[in-house]
Amino acid sequence: MSKALLSGDEAIARGAWEAGVKVAAAYPGTPSTQILENLVKYPDVYSEWSTNEKVALEVALGAALSGVRSLCAMKHVGLNVAADALFSSAYIGVRAGMVIVSADDPGLHSSQNEQDNRFYGLSAKVPVLCPADSEEAKEYTKLAFEISEEFDIPVILRITTRIAHSKTIVNLGDRRDIRKGTYIKDITKTNLLPQFAKGRHYSLEERLRRLKEYSNTTPINKIIPGKKSLGIIADGVAYQYAREVFPNASFLKLGMVYPFPEQLVREFAQNKNKIYVIEETDPFLELLARSCGIKVIGKTALPLVDELNPRIVRNAFRRRKINFEPEKDLPPRPPALCPGCPHSGLFYLLQRKDLVISGDIGCYTLGTYPPHNAMDSCVCMGASITLAHGIDKALKGEKKVVSVIGDSTFFHMGVTGLINAVYNKSKQILIILDNRTTGMTGHQEHPGTGRTLMGEETTAIRPEDIARACGIKEIYVIDPYEIKENRALFSELLKKDELVVLVSRRACALLGGRKPPLQIILDKCTGCKMCLRIGCPAITFSEGHAVINTSLCVGCEMCLKLCPSEAIVKTES
Amino acid sequence: MRNKVTNILVCGVGGQGILLFTDILGEVAMNAGFDIKKSEVHGMAQRGGSVVSQLRFGPVVYSPLIPETEAHFIVALEKLEALRYIHYLSPKGKALVDPLEIYPMSVLTGEREYPKDIIERLKRRTRYLYLVEAFKTAQDLGEARAQNIVMLGVLSRFLGFPDELYEEAIKKYVRPKYHEINLKAFRVGKEELKIS
Repeated sequence: MSKALLSGDEAIARGAWEAGVKVAAAYPGTPSTQILENLVKYPDVYSEWSTNEKVALEVALGAALSGVRSLCAMKHVGLNVAADALFSSAYIGVRAGMVIVSADDPGLHSSQNEQDNRFYGLSAKVPVLCPADSEEAKEYTKLAFEISEEFDIPVILRITTRIAHSKTIVNLGDRRDIRKGTYIKDITKTNLLPQFAKGRHYSLEERLRRLKEYSNTTPINKIIPGKKSLGIIADGVAYQYAREVFPNASFLKLGMVYPFPEQLVREFAQNKNKIYVIEETDPFLELLARSCGIKVIGKTALPLVDELNPRIVRNAFRRRKINFEPEKDLPPRPPALCPGCPHSGLFYLLQRKDLVISGDIGCYTLGTYPPHNAMDSCVCMGASITLAHGIDKALKGEKKVVSVIGDSTFFHMGVTGLINAVYNKSKQILIILDNRTTGMTGHQEHPGTGRTLMGEETTAIRPEDIARACGIKEIYVIDPYEIKENRALFSELLKKDELVVLVSRRACALLGGRKPPLQIILDKCTGCKMCLRIGCPAITFSEGHAVINTSLCVGCEMCLKLCPSEAIVKTES
Repeated sequence: MRNKVTNILVCGVGGQGILLFTDILGEVAMNAGFDIKKSEVHGMAQRGGSVVSQLRFGPVVYSPLIPETEAHFIVALEKLEALRYIHYLSPKGKALVDPLEIYPMSVLTGEREYPKDIIERLKRRTRYLYLVEAFKTAQDLGEARAQNIVMLGVLSRFLGFPDELYEEAIKKYVRPKYHEINLKAFRVGKEELKIS
C-alpha cells in the first residue's frame, strides 16, 4: 500500500473516490475548497461548483436518492445556507450513501464567525463524525458512506481549518463500492407532505435510536488506557493537542460525536478521579457529558473564543506553563488587494464621506481597510443588496446607499436580493464587481465564467442580463481601470432617484494581463500622494515622493491616470 | 524534546513560496521514515499577508501546531516576519533569516516605520542567528523565486537527510521546466552560500 502526505481536504477527496462516490457538489469556501478541487482530478466522478451550498446539498441528495454515493462540501457558514435542505434530508434519508462535509473555521482565519457545526447534528438529527488527522479524514469519509447506508441518513463529516489544511501521512487504497444509479418512486419517503413527513419523523427517531447504540460500539469511539487519576474526552484536532500535553492520561477519543455515546462515556468516567473535556470553540461534548450526569471540567478552563493549540491547552490545565513574550510594536502585515486589482479602481470612486456602503464577502472585503475605506458592513453571503435596501428604507434618501457584491457572490445569493430590490423599489446603487472568477478562494469557475468545474464550456450568464430581465432601466457596465471617466459617471449616478446597477468588469489581476512596470520621474513627482489612493502595494512613499516597486507593478496604469504632474510613465519592455 | 519531535517554523510574506518549502521538506521527512504533521492557513491570509507554515517530524507527532518556545528552527524569508514569530524559538533553537525587507501596506503609505533594529532585536532573542542572503543568491542565479529553495538548501545542512531525498521531492513538487534551476539553488544553498 502506498502512502502520501495529504491535507485533510485532499484526504477527504481521496476517501470519497475510494468509497466509489459518483456525484459531488460544493460552493467554494475556505477551508473546504480543496475537497472538490481534488475530487475533480479523479476519474469517473461527476463534480460541480454549485451556485450555493443549499443547491450543492440538494444535488447530492438527488444523487443519493437515485442510488449512487454522493458528497457535498461547504464551509461552516455554508451549512447555514443549506440548513433547510439538511433538516429535510434527515427525514427523507438516502438510497446510497451521502456525506455532507462541514469545514468549520475556529480562529476565523478566513470567515465571519466561529460557529460550531457539531450542533447541527443535534438539531437536524444527523450523525456527526470528527476526524483528527488526514488519515482519519479519509477513513471516516469511507465509514460515513457506510453509516449513511446502514441507517438511511445523510452523515456530516465535520472538520476544522487545522484538519483541512494540515498535511499528515495517509495510506492510499483502491476504489470500490461503485453503484449504478436506479430510481425507485416512493412518495412516502421522498415527498415531505405533512402526512408523509410525520411518518418519516417517527422513522428518524427510530434511526437515531439505533445510531445511539452504534455510537457506543463503533471503533472510532475508543478508550486509550492510561493513568486512572485523569480521564480526557476529546475530538478532532483538540485530541492531538491533548495527547501532546497529557501523554500519560486515559483518553476517550470520540470520532463520532453525535449521537453521543452515553454508555461508553459513563463506562469511561466510572473509575476516573477527574475528567477534562478538551474541545474547540463551543462546549458541545461537555454539555452532552453533563446531561449524562458526569462531572467534567471543560470551558471553565478553556476559552470559548479562537482556536486551541498545545500551549493554550497546557496553560489551561497544567502547573508548568509555557511563558513567552512576542516582540511588541511591529507594523502589522494584513492581507491587501493585489497590484493591479480591478477592485481598487472601483473603490477609488467610493472614497467619499456621503455614502453608506453595504459590502459583501470576497477579496473585495479587504476594501474595508485604508486607503480604500470603501466598506461599512460585511454580514454574510448576499447581504450587501438586502442590507442596503433596509438602510435605504430607514434613511428615506437622507444618505445615498451603495451595495458592493462580487460576481460569484452575486450568483450565490445576490440574485434574490436584486429581485427584491426591484420589486420593492429600492433606490440603491448596486455595484457588481465582476472579476470573472471566484477570487478569494483561489480562482474557481462560477455561472458567469462560461466554464464548469470539470472544464466543460457552458453558458456564461451575465449579471447585467439578469438585471435587464428584472426590468431595471439604469444599467451600466464599466472598466474599473478607466478611473477618470468612471468618476464622472459615478457623480451622475449619485443623482438618480431609482435603482441603478453598475457592473465593474475586468478579470482578476492574478489571471494574467501583466504589462511592463511603470516608473516615477522623481523630478516631476510633487509628493501629492494622489497615486497612493489606489492602495497599490507596488507604490511606496519615502523621502517626499512616490516610488514604484517594479517587481510588483503589473502596469495597470491606474496610478498614471491619477497623477496630476505626469510623473508616472511607462517603461520600455 | 519529549518523543524527539523536530519543530520547524517557516515564515515570510504571501507569494514567497513558503508552503512549497514545507511541502518539499515534509515529503523528505516522510520518505526518511518519520511521522509528519504540517500546518498552515490558506485563503484570506495569502493576499500579500504574513504567512507561516509549521512542520513537525519524529517517531510519532500528535499536534500539527508547534507550541511557543519549542521551535528548533525558525526559517524566515523576510526579516520583519522573523521578528514576528521569534517567540516560537526554543532556548537553543536556530534562526535562519534572510535580511530581505518587504514593506507592509502601513509602511508603504508612510503611516508606520519599518523597524531599523530588527537584527539587534533578533540577536537579543537568540545566540544562534544565521543571516542567509537567499533572495540575493537566487537573484544572482537568475531566478529570484528560487529564494525558498536556496534557504531549504541552507536548512538541510542542519537536518542530515540525504541529498537524494531533497532532489526527489523538489522534482515532485516543482514543474519540470524549473527543475534545473531549483536543484541548482538547493546545491548552492547546501554547499556554497556563506552564512553568518
